[in-house]
Parts: sequence; C-alpha cells; structure tokens
Amino acid sequence: MIEIKNLKKAFEGKTVINGVSAVMQSGKCNLIIGSSGSGKTVFMKCLVGLFEPDSGEISYGGQNFTTMNEEERKILRQQIGMLFQGSALFDSMTVEQNIMFPLDMFTKDSFSAKQKRVNEVLARVNLEEVNDKFPAEISGGMKKRVGIARAIVLNPKYLFCDEPNSGLDPQTSILIDKLIKEITLEFKITTVVNTHDMNSVMETGDHIIYMDQGVKEWEGSNREIIFSKNKKLNDFIFASEFLQDAKDMRMLEMKGKIDNNRNMDELLK
Amino acid sequence: MNIFTEFGRYLLMLKDMFSKPENFKMYWKELMHQCVEIGIRSLGIVVIISFFMGAVSALQTAYQLVSPLLPRSTIAMIVRDTVILEFSPTLVCIVLAGVVGSKIAGELGNMRVSEQIDALEIMGINTRTYLVLPKILAAMITIPLLVVISMVLGIWGGRLASVATGIVAASQFDKGLFQDFIPYNVFFALAKAYTFSFIISSISSFYGYYVNGGALEIGRASTQSVIVSCVLILLADYVLSAVLL
Repeated sequence: MIEIKNLKKAFEGKTVINGVSAVMQSGKCNLIIGSSGSGKTVFMKCLVGLFEPDSGEISYGGQNFTTMNEEERKILRQQIGMLFQGSALFDSMTVEQNIMFPLDMFTKDSFSAKQKRVNEVLARVNLEEVNDKFPAEISGGMKKRVGIARAIVLNPKYLFCDEPNSGLDPQTSILIDKLIKEITLEFKITTVVNTHDMNSVMETGDHIIYMDQGVKEWEGSNREIIFSKNKKLNDFIFASEFLQDAKDMRMLEMKGKIDNNRNMDELLK
Repeated sequence: MNIFTEFGRYLLMLKDMFSKPENFKMYWKELMHQCVEIGIRSLGIVVIISFFMGAVSALQTAYQLVSPLLPRSTIAMIVRDTVILEFSPTLVCIVLAGVVGSKIAGELGNMRVSEQIDALEIMGINTRTYLVLPKILAAMITIPLLVVISMVLGIWGGRLASVATGIVAASQFDKGLFQDFIPYNVFFALAKAYTFSFIISSISSFYGYYVNGGALEIGRASTQSVIVSCVLILLADYVLSAVLL
C-alpha cells in the first residue's frame, strides 16, 4: 500500500500538485487520470522519487519515503518497477540485456539462472524469440511489453506505469491493459497507472483518482465513475457524444435494464 | 540560469559521482566499454591529425628557417618541441572535445530525454556514478595515451615529410631530435592531457546529463559542451603554461 498525505509540488512558483492525499491499494490497479497538464505525471514522479515534493508525505508499506536517505531509497527502489511512456529501453542493449540488466546489477545469480528468469518474464508478457533484437528493431507494443518484463524481473512489490497505452493502436492497448491487470493480480503488486485511455479506465481501474489542475477532484472505482455526478470528471471522461452514449448504455446495463445478450439491432430500435 | 548556478550544479554532479557502486563488476564493464568508445574509436582521427600536423609543422618551419647559419637539424628540434609542448596535447584535445565531447553529451542527452536515466534511477542506481564516472575515468585513461601516440606520430610525420621533400636528411633529423631534449616537456604535456581530458569528459557529461527538452536541446547541449570545453582547454593551457613552465 502506498499512502500519500497532502503532497505539494511547485515549479518556479507555479503549483503543479496542490495538497493531494490518496491511498494506492495493494494488489489493485490504481489509476491516476486527468487531462494533459493536470499534474498526474509530476504526481507519479514524486511518488517514485524522481521529483522531490515541496511538502507532504509518501509512505510505502508504512515506511516514510520522503524522509529516507539515499541508501534507504536505493533499497526500496529495488522493490519498484516502472514502465515509462516511451518504454525507456536502453538503446545499446538487446531485449535480453535490457531485461537482464537489473538482475546483473542486483543479484549474484549465474548467467544461466538469469537467462532462465529473462525467458520466464518474456513468456509472461507473451514475447518470444526477440531476445537478440535491439529496441529499434521491435514495434511500439513489443517495446512496452519488454518494458513491463524489465519492470517485473526482480519481482517488485510496486509497479508504476506512465501512460502505458500512448502511441499504441486500440487492440495493442487492450493487450497491454490486460497484461498489467493480470500481472497485478498474479503477483499481488500495488500497481499505479497514469492514463487518459478510457478503455484502461473502464477495464482495469479498480481504484481511480481523477486529477484536475493539481488537485484530486474525484476518487472511486470504475463502477462508480459511471454514476459520478462530478461535472469536470464527466466532461473529461465522456468528452465525445459517442462516449456519452456508451456511458448511458453502460449505466443501463449496470442497472440491469438491458440484457447483455440482447440483440444490438433490437436495442437500437 | 546564471553561471554560478550552472557551476554549482556541475560541482554537485562531480560530488555525487562518488558513491559505492551497486555491483563493481558492472561498473568495471561500463568503464571498459567507455575506454573503447572514447579511446579506440578516436584513434583513427588522432592518427590522421597527428601525422599531418607533424608533417605540416616540419615544412612550415623549414620555410621560415632561411638563415644559412642555422643547422637544418634545428627543424627537427622545433618540430619535436612544438608537437610535444603544444600540438599533441592541445590541438588533439580540442579535436577530441568535438569528437568525444559531442558524443558523450549526445549519448547522455538522449538517455535523459528518452527517460533511460530515470529508468536507471528507479532501479536504485546512482546514475552519476554509473554513467558519468566511467566516462571521466575512461577519458583520463585513454586521452593521455592518445596524446602520447599523437606525439610519436607527429614527430614521425615531420621526419617523413622532411626526408621526402629533401629538406633534411634522415640522419640530420634524428640528430636534431635528440639534441637538447628536455624530458620535463613530456611531463608537462601529460599534465595538460590529464587536465584537458577531465575538462572534455566532465563538461560534456554535465551538458548531456542535464538536458531538458527534446532533440533540439540535445543538439544544443552537444554544441554548448564543445564550445565550453574548447574555451576551458585554451584557458587551462594558458594557466598550466604560466605555472608549470
């Protein structure tokens, strides 16, 4: 569990995060959503220590991250995996070397043991026969999966994903969402996902935090989001007429007024 | 950002480089990799520059030495001393500031922009120690070696050009080469090489490591690192000459 209390962060006098408090629940997909510039990336970077918050407290399983020294943070960070927006794979290394890197750095396992582990995680993210390829030789979706494989290779307790669907086609996005959800449940990790992909929100959002202009505007689950009366949230999530219609349909479905198996043509009449 | 803030950040980067490595073997591997990248990959350009630098130096010295009172072996002495004292350490390092400096700044800048540095930080790796320190150490190991190679090749180029054009006979050149040789000059040249290699690697690492933005900023950082390195090399050249000679 990650507990955030009254987090504040400003850059050159401009407040980006303004007193956000939240709890990222263990074994669940915690989503941070919000429009571009809402502060969600800065918020996530504060959580992992890439930015130092101006004030507030971040606790990982009861350990206060904000007051930790560099050595204590190093130890905690070995329990953190992160998937970056652009995958952040090391260009000069092959897929195998990329995934093996954390093992090389932090374990004393033999090469064969490390290779076995690399193949295990690659199989887990449904990638095979890409070990010797360089990041430039694989597709965007594959890069994301390699990024996930690298993030989970040390069996982390916490997984952070910064916009995992950016730049991917809808089908690949769904695959990545499913993968993140499965990994979260399988390894019982606390996953925090930064996204503005609506499919991710509806399919993987066990716990959702909506941020607007650096403030936590709404918090709830993907079921609750449908019935939310928060205007800003509704304007953000259901921005188009199509999405508004989809929301209405889902609401009706959830209220049990529509049978899921009913013929769509009949419904449209 | 003013110059004092920049200088402060530069000093902090240097200070933060010194931390206990997470895995010594991995750091050693990175150091060796950087030795190849900085040293071996720069060898070609150093060989070409040094050879022609010595050859041109010999021809131009001969052109200016018109007095019949001066022995022709003086050309060898002048070539030797200019190559050892100035051309090899300073000129080669200025060229390396362009070749190695822009490469380091570009590499680190790309790693920063594509979040590879953040990825390393998240893993719990001190990126200053893992990325910057091996580059500075590798530069300080390989650049003085390149300077020594440059000295030998420069003098050899001068000898070859002198003999080939018939300015000086080989025996005369060799005689002049060993005449009034001061070994301290080699020490002075190496002191310059160590100083310049530190300037090249640390300045370019600084500009690359703190890139903020995209591809345009990476290009700017590379250019900036080369300019600042060259200016500092010339400044350090003057200071070292004033202090050590």
